[in-house]
Amino acid sequence: MKKLVSKFLMAVVAVTFIVVPAAAWAENIKVGAILAVTGGASFLGGPEARTLEMMVEEVNSRGGINGNMIELIIKDSAGSPEKAISFAKQLIEEENVLAIIGPSTSGETLKIKTICEEAKTPLLSCAAAEVIVNPVAAYVFKTPQNDSFAAQKIFMEMNKMGISKIAVLAGNTGFGKAGKEQLLKIAPEFNIEVVEAEVYDSKSNDLSAVVAKIKANKDVQAVVNWSIVPAQAIVAKNMRQAGWDVPLFQSHGFGNIKYVEAAGPAAEGIIFPAGRLLIADTLADDHPQKSLLLEYKKNYEDKYAEPVSTFGGHAYDAFSILMAAVAEAGNDRDKVRAAIEGLQNFAGTGGIFNFSAEDHNGLDIDAFQMMIVKDAKFVSYTGK
Amino acid sequence: MKKILSILPLLVAVIGLHILTSATDTMYYLTQMTMSAYYSLLIIGLCALMGYAGQISIGHAGFFAIGGYISAALTTRSLIPYQDSFLVKLFDSAGFLFVGQDIYGDSLLVFTPWAACGIAVLTAALIAVAIGIPVLKLKGHYLAMATLGFGIIVYRIALATEYFGEADGISEVPAFVLLPGLSVSGSFGDRVQNYYIAWGLLLIGMLLLLNLMDSRVGRALRGIHGSDEAADAMGVNTARFKLQTFVLSAVFAAIAGVFLTHYNGGIGPSEAGVMKSVRYVAIVAVGGMANLWGTLLMGIVLNFFSLRGSFGSYDDAVFGLILILIMLFAPNGILSINIRSCLRLLPGRNKADREGEV
Amino acid sequence: MTLELSIQYLMAGITYGSIYAIVAIGFNIIYNTTGIINFAQGEFVMFGGMIAITLLNFMPLPLAIFLAVAITMLIGALIEICFIRWLKSPSVMRMVTITIGISILCREVAIHIWGESIRSLPYFFGNAISSVPVLGARISPQVLWVVGASALMMVCLGIFFKTTAVGREMRACASNRKAAVLCGINTQNMVTLSFVLSAGMGALAGCVMSPITYSQYDMGTGLAIKGFTVAILGGLGSSGGAVAAGLLLGIIEAFSVSVVPLAFQDAISIAILLAILFVRPQGLFGSKEATGLKEF
Repeated sequence: MKKLVSKFLMAVVAVTFIVVPAAAWAENIKVGAILAVTGGASFLGGPEARTLEMMVEEVNSRGGINGNMIELIIKDSAGSPEKAISFAKQLIEEENVLAIIGPSTSGETLKIKTICEEAKTPLLSCAAAEVIVNPVAAYVFKTPQNDSFAAQKIFMEMNKMGISKIAVLAGNTGFGKAGKEQLLKIAPEFNIEVVEAEVYDSKSNDLSAVVAKIKANKDVQAVVNWSIVPAQAIVAKNMRQAGWDVPLFQSHGFGNIKYVEAAGPAAEGIIFPAGRLLIADTLADDHPQKSLLLEYKKNYEDKYAEPVSTFGGHAYDAFSILMAAVAEAGNDRDKVRAAIEGLQNFAGTGGIFNFSAEDHNGLDIDAFQMMIVKDAKFVSYTGK
Repeated sequence: MKKILSILPLLVAVIGLHILTSATDTMYYLTQMTMSAYYSLLIIGLCALMGYAGQISIGHAGFFAIGGYISAALTTRSLIPYQDSFLVKLFDSAGFLFVGQDIYGDSLLVFTPWAACGIAVLTAALIAVAIGIPVLKLKGHYLAMATLGFGIIVYRIALATEYFGEADGISEVPAFVLLPGLSVSGSFGDRVQNYYIAWGLLLIGMLLLLNLMDSRVGRALRGIHGSDEAADAMGVNTARFKLQTFVLSAVFAAIAGVFLTHYNGGIGPSEAGVMKSVRYVAIVAVGGMANLWGTLLMGIVLNFFSLRGSFGSYDDAVFGLILILIMLFAPNGILSINIRSCLRLLPGRNKADREGEV
Repeated sequence: MTLELSIQYLMAGITYGSIYAIVAIGFNIIYNTTGIINFAQGEFVMFGGMIAITLLNFMPLPLAIFLAVAITMLIGALIEICFIRWLKSPSVMRMVTITIGISILCREVAIHIWGESIRSLPYFFGNAISSVPVLGARISPQVLWVVGASALMMVCLGIFFKTTAVGREMRACASNRKAAVLCGINTQNMVTLSFVLSAGMGALAGCVMSPITYSQYDMGTGLAIKGFTVAILGGLGSSGGAVAAGLLLGIIEAFSVSVVPLAFQDAISIAILLAILFVRPQGLFGSKEATGLKEF
């Protein structure tokens, strides 16, 4: 026993000395990022991390912000809140970062909201749920558009089409949960009744059973599929395989052309609201977002040889908002926070941001454009 | 007494680490040491179950989640809408409830953390008894499957129930005030006391298990690991001891869940995931199955580096690699590696030296 | 519930069930020779699908699938030779822990090769919206491929293990390794062969299901859990049991949608399985005596 104890101690001491504190960087501005690069939400964290790396490289190659280089520290949370909590504390205390970008999911963001608030460190979340910024916490911002606006856009379209009874399907992620809540809450305002609501697993293999169940309800005039996970393409397939051709609406979580490829012909005719990144080339030349959207799209696709998605766009917005604030306020957490709150008419991939003390998202309903899938491409939708 | 002496060096190491980090201004390491201590509490409980009672469980993240989720929900979800119901009045008159405030200033009627902790741990223990009786009759892979199934059920319920926050889990869980001036919370100012709370719990758990291993029950447990039939023949009630150890390890897991949830200020469904349970089992295996010290060491080290994100996106890869390497070269766990014999194999030491040793 | 809806549920159940069964069969092959559950089985399924999708850029579909299966078999052999073969009388727990490690490593390799995005093979016949009518309900033709493949695998394995000499030798290894050695069986080769076979089965499963489920680097875990569940429920080692149990689980899942919210589907179906296991601790088709003799 004694021998074991002494070995144990030796090991403990060894571990203690391996962990040498990182050397401090004096002039650089440190930005932390907590993203789900691996794990169940990697389809969000992957593009976000790549976007950030690309942008930091770009800013630094231009000589940094006011001569200060940006040092980016990306932490891979794999989508687990407990890791996000540990990383947030680490970034704030050890790395002394100016601000944190991310996390990718709303569950993680909600966990570290109080930590950032206590440490007075700005947090720019890439998760969509409205509870992140409502109620407002002084240091917490988010860049994806509000779910409620997406829901309103969809319902407005339904009113035009004369649809009054719908079914709601949602993925079992934070994104799906928040969307389902908004749909159920807002529907009565548009005289729309939700007659069926189901939640499916983000790792589903096939959803034909639940599609059969909803289809059996003859009242259903349209389906809203609110999800950000790849499984949302399975819903589209299973509906069309069952020979069911009611209109299918999706959320802004559909904003990745890979989901269209995955659903193949079943994706045709899907209507959904999204940021204008997906249809950048068809925008009018004087549109305030056009040039930056095209630039981001080109740079990203050239560098990573994969189609750009709105998810990476959220990280793009978070980073460019932060950089605008840093250019104005320098390397100071409180001043940067105030500067973000004061940003007006700031064009990003998600829309035109107008922050205020009450609104830490800064986007309005015009950030969304209704789109439809036509010939395996996203095109803007203008009604029948 | 002897057992207390045996954990004394560990106590010294705990205090030593505090002094070391405060001297080098690296106190932030204590954050992850605290979190690792709670995970290790679960892991040593599982070690007792696997190593000494010979029963595998791929569902212990489930007990952790039961503890964490129940405590989080009871201390966070306000009962104001139900304050006129009989049950709520009963809890109130028993002193279980208090009126609090959330961070936005709205008033809440919630359980006190002590009451919530008690209910959470008791629930975990009762569930352990209820499923332990049928499950522990199964053997081998069938036992593994049954415990895995239990874990999946807990995960699915956490992920699908609105009360438990679905995919978002539960956030803004208040601090757990153990005694006035001593509370489990993630505030930056409370770090040192939380480090000692976590390690205090772990030391108590360790002491309890070491004593258990040496008691009559412990000897019986070792008998079980060797052979059910032999233990039965000696008049040892193996079924009862298996169940007791199962419940004890579930209680360890639940306590770890309660405390870590209050420390983190929240819990999410990932804590209940199957891969978490598999991870715990693997850590016990690389610690040496029936080796509490080895398991403790691996529990602390692997969790510490994972929580610090030391390996970035390769975190899982490194974990997998460590599993494979230890199982290939040290099947009896990390502490079975004989450092001297490893050194002897290293090149550069001359042959005469080696012969001299022999 | 109308008849049409019941049939539609039944068809959905068969879809799920045949996917689970086809994964579970792979577990049984390794179990039959080593007595262990290979946690990396799900990764064989993933590799099969992913490799075939990559190869499809260079060759026609049948050839891509054939090559993907062959490559995955090679991976299976390599894994066994590197990590299992040279161990001297390893314990079950040791081998299982190693397979857990291998499973994690395979996943990491996959994300660094293919990235995190989803891919899929094209439908073998028709496309994502084509369906065939069966008894008034409609199912995707790909489901028939999955059903056919698992039936074919079950029959071939049954014949292989029961009638061929190699098959009997492999089963002898599982029953009692020492006795098998004494009988002059090269148990090491048998174990390698079992990894090769089960990797091939997994890869084939990964290819036929890819159009339905999509392939992603981390698809293995979920499938492995379902496959493991089904293999246990059917009685470890029995291919027929795996298919029956897979269909049972799939049909329970499909019909459960009509009574409980979909979100609780897994919880309900697993609870039913546990209840079955408590009544029949050796699984539906397992033999009680054989289970009692196993070390694990």
